[in-house]
Amino acid sequence: MQPLFVRSYTTANCVGNGRDALYKALRDRRSGLARCAFETVDLETYVGQVPDAELAPLRDDLKDFECRNNRLAQLGLRQDGFEQAVVRLRERYGAGRVGVFLGTSTSGILQTELAYRRRDSITGALPADFRYEHTHNSFSPASFVQRYLGLTGPAVVVSSACSSSAKVFGNAQRMIAAGLCDAAVVGGVDSLCLTTLYGFNSLQLVSKNPCRPFDAQRDGISIGEGAGFALLEKADASLANDHLALLGVGESCDAYHMSTPHPEALGARIAIQAALAQAGLGTADIGYINLHGTATRSNDNTEALAVKMIFGDKVPASSTKGWTGHTLGAAGVIEAIISFIAIEESFLPGSLHTETVDPTVEICYLKNNRNESVQRILSNSFGFGGTNCSLIVGRMN
Amino acid sequence: MKKIYVDSIGLVGPGLNGWAAGASILAGTTSYETAPLVIPPLEVLPPAERRRTPMVVKLAIATACEALANARQPATEIATVFTSSGGDGDVIHEICDSLSRQEREISPTRFHNSVHNAPAGYWGIATGCHEPSTSLCAFDFSFAAGLIESAAQVCVHDYKVLLVAYDIPYPEPLNGARHIGAGFGIAMLLSPQQSESSLSALDISLTSNAIPVTTLMQSELEKFRANVPAARALPLLASIAKRESATVITAYIGDNSLHTLVTPC
Repeated sequence: MQPLFVRSYTTANCVGNGRDALYKALRDRRSGLARCAFETVDLETYVGQVPDAELAPLRDDLKDFECRNNRLAQLGLRQDGFEQAVVRLRERYGAGRVGVFLGTSTSGILQTELAYRRRDSITGALPADFRYEHTHNSFSPASFVQRYLGLTGPAVVVSSACSSSAKVFGNAQRMIAAGLCDAAVVGGVDSLCLTTLYGFNSLQLVSKNPCRPFDAQRDGISIGEGAGFALLEKADASLANDHLALLGVGESCDAYHMSTPHPEALGARIAIQAALAQAGLGTADIGYINLHGTATRSNDNTEALAVKMIFGDKVPASSTKGWTGHTLGAAGVIEAIISFIAIEESFLPGSLHTETVDPTVEICYLKNNRNESVQRILSNSFGFGGTNCSLIVGRMN
Repeated sequence: MKKIYVDSIGLVGPGLNGWAAGASILAGTTSYETAPLVIPPLEVLPPAERRRTPMVVKLAIATACEALANARQPATEIATVFTSSGGDGDVIHEICDSLSRQEREISPTRFHNSVHNAPAGYWGIATGCHEPSTSLCAFDFSFAAGLIESAAQVCVHDYKVLLVAYDIPYPEPLNGARHIGAGFGIAMLLSPQQSESSLSALDISLTSNAIPVTTLMQSELEKFRANVPAARALPLLASIAKRESATVITAYIGDNSLHTLVTPC
């Protein structure tokens, strides 16, 4: 598989807006998690919320798409000159030749939750101003982003829970390799809603405190929200070979359980091996692993097992959920972006809020930030339904 | 894109019970008779899982099972692409209804069933398949988006892909905001190579102008095509059933059209 250049990338999440805000928060070890005061939620937990004041109304011509999730997408698109970078490729290739492949788990479901409170007391009908297609439907963020950026080519949403916005990198690879587009906007958006907060709570997977990935005392996730985008372009051999690129994607299924990972981490191992094989790399080529690391007992145990079986205990690895919380369908792309920053800045983030690493975790788990130059990074994303995706990003050569 | 081959088809729709019977109706040999949707029983799922499996999952899995049975292919080595215009309206209704009440109690099973990739998850549990699987949505264009993604996988990765497109109607009050005409499941096993079991070759391309889509002669079937996103596959299936050489036009996102040149094998 031909590597794809990463032309631009950007994110907005609870630690701040844009690439530099994220880098600074990682450096300063400043978490974006705070005690939950979202909407009318009465759960004792911490969340990674983007302040409501940051979520500006949508552009005038896109009012039909009004919902928290698309506002968050718009906030992301407005950072780091991302829009301008897309315009350049749109002008080079044509609006129909730049694809949009996004991940989300719950899209704008909050809009439906709110509409259900306003059902007609006699007929039970939803209010007339409720727009399912433009808000709740899973395709809504891709449709919104396509219009916002003036793109008219192939588009789709991958909604495979928490692996969604990692898997879209694979969609871009295939669509470009098949000649259906020349470049692609990939990414993901997920926003706070009652469904995920009360849903994860019902599974007893939500911590009362800021999440502590891989800590011996970890007790669950902190839910976050965020948007992340990357602009990928088919590789041009004449360009500098130290350009950031997508090198490999590996996808697999656990085929085990809907909400519990495979006990021997079989699916995770298949995804990691597939990403290495596609990139044509060995374990020694990987300088850092950004773990899925949700801080549930079972995810961190099985992920550590997968990493240990493949890499042993030599490759530094950490979860960055202590900063952002678990942004679900946006986690894959946000952690790919953290990996881009790590390569560009020669900086490895050490796990935030992790005090005592679980003694059963036999990998090189980073607790403290480290200044170290790495060329290639593996990033894992796993989700409900036993879906797994591993990405390898790095310098071209 | 390179040519790909349809090895087998699964079809579960109202009055369309399996590919053999459905093909005869789509070809015009047998007349269509209105009937409610019947989802074949799922032998592949363990009884415990079967009990808690929502209808949309049963529909997707039953359709997928038929396509593989028709091709005499084991599921364990086949990548899958699941695509639906919106997934499980029943579970979304139950969750949003619960959340609008004071107690806000959601059952854990209902929550994990609410993910768009629930059919893919249960498919893995049922078959033990570890191959890549994705779960797509492109609103009314979900079948076309699924076909493009599947074809791209077949061409680029050079492996077989099972495409499963499915939709079920939403309960009220969601139905008032999003109407889906019927429950419908369509599965196609797509292959990079022609084989003895190949039904038709597909040559798929995209154009950026909206041109009239291919419709169906029979009015009842045309109603499904118009009112169920997954049933937008029916004109393609009709061409395969008739064993004709034809170009089938399917609407795709924006003003795009999907052109599928169908040639019988």
